[in-house]
Amino acid sequence: MVAPPHGGKLVNRVASEKRRKEIRDEVGELTKIVVPKDIAVDVENIAHGIFSPLEGFMTQEDYTHVLNDMRLSNDLPWTLPVVLDVDPKEIKDVKEGDEIAILDERKIPIAIMEVEEIFKWNKKDHAKKVFKTLNPKHPGVAKTMKMKELLIGGKITLINELENPFHRYTLRPVETRILFREKKWRTIVGFQTRNAPHLGHEYVQKAALTFTDGLFINPLVGWKKPGDYKDEVILEAYSALIKHYYPKDAVVLAVLRTSMRYAGPREAVFHAILRKNFGCTHFIVGRDHAGVGNYYKPYEAQEIFKEFPDLGVTPLFVKEAFYCSKCGGMVSEKICPHPDQYKVRISGTKIREMIMQRVKPPPTMMRPEVAEAILKFEKPFITYS
Amino acid sequence: MSRGSKSKTKYTTVSIPITLYNRIKNLIQDTGFTSVSSYVTYVLREIVAAHEEAKYSEPYTEEDKKRIIEKLRKLGYLE
Repeated sequence: MVAPPHGGKLVNRVASEKRRKEIRDEVGELTKIVVPKDIAVDVENIAHGIFSPLEGFMTQEDYTHVLNDMRLSNDLPWTLPVVLDVDPKEIKDVKEGDEIAILDERKIPIAIMEVEEIFKWNKKDHAKKVFKTLNPKHPGVAKTMKMKELLIGGKITLINELENPFHRYTLRPVETRILFREKKWRTIVGFQTRNAPHLGHEYVQKAALTFTDGLFINPLVGWKKPGDYKDEVILEAYSALIKHYYPKDAVVLAVLRTSMRYAGPREAVFHAILRKNFGCTHFIVGRDHAGVGNYYKPYEAQEIFKEFPDLGVTPLFVKEAFYCSKCGGMVSEKICPHPDQYKVRISGTKIREMIMQRVKPPPTMMRPEVAEAILKFEKPFITYS
Repeated sequence: MSRGSKSKTKYTTVSIPITLYNRIKNLIQDTGFTSVSSYVTYVLREIVAAHEEAKYSEPYTEEDKKRIIEKLRKLGYLE
């Protein structure tokens, strides 16, 4: 059975064609704020129900509950704040109850917001609770500290879609829910990734697929830290893997357009909720999910799920996978009894180093077709100037 | 959080039979639960969520469904 959306209602905040025309006429009169790409994609995510039950950016009550209790003010599990930051100058004439227009970086209106609340926030408190550190080297902390002085909360209505380079791989929750039903899948396992797949990922996915009807590979495309794989590389690598190594009717590949927060355990639960909204009944949580550096313990992102008996999506916890020459295949520490001398650890960092030197990783780490797909890109990793 | 970390959640009182209270108190010994209240909250959340979500029905019409299936075919997700 496809999972019901979080909170029992699939949010739709996309304006009808008639309403869209009305709003477009009104936009000229409204205060306008321009938002960066990562906020703009989350406007779309809210509108299309990926962030159900959120209907807009958080007001203070929800924000405070999420920060302190990892639940919305209606008690539903929700672990990451979804907020819109503004400069006081941008909204100097705006008061609660007004409507404002949200513009993307091209200055095109993408949505309107019914302003419910404008409130101050404490960036350090926010960072400490969400990321469990104030270290400015943590990418989430660094990003938080650059955010603006005020938060503005209220429901949004989408009037224009963003440009989307991944249209071919973009599915909305209403579409995946129909797709899974058409495929007659009753159990669907979601897989979050920001990496090109190596043998460890494949092992984990196939282990989960053994006990479920379908696998939903849902790479996150959007803002990521330098050194991570570019979005288009991840998609090409997965396409190669699926083509050569997966049963055709058991896998769906589609993107999730949002930014990485690198919030480790809190983000793992957030990722699970988003996949539940796509219809997943299960969600894979591996080692150091959504982690960065050494800010979180290796399996902290699995431990946190104990707090949420009411999540409505079953987490599948997996241990680190490696190649064992004695077993003759991919295994995990849970099922392999052999000493370290037989184990080939699959290090994402090591694979990235090899790729950077244009060297094909060995087949005990990565499928040759996947490596070839990555090496077709001259610069497969993110750099920011 | 239900297991001992700092929370600003407000609480209210619900009455349960003292016999049930004692059963739960015995049950949660040497578990991660620090009080009968935290156990009851945990169990109720699980049950309430299941009941809430059981009421769900998909919001799309037959017309929406046909249109979406056509799109899924064009994108190669369905044959």
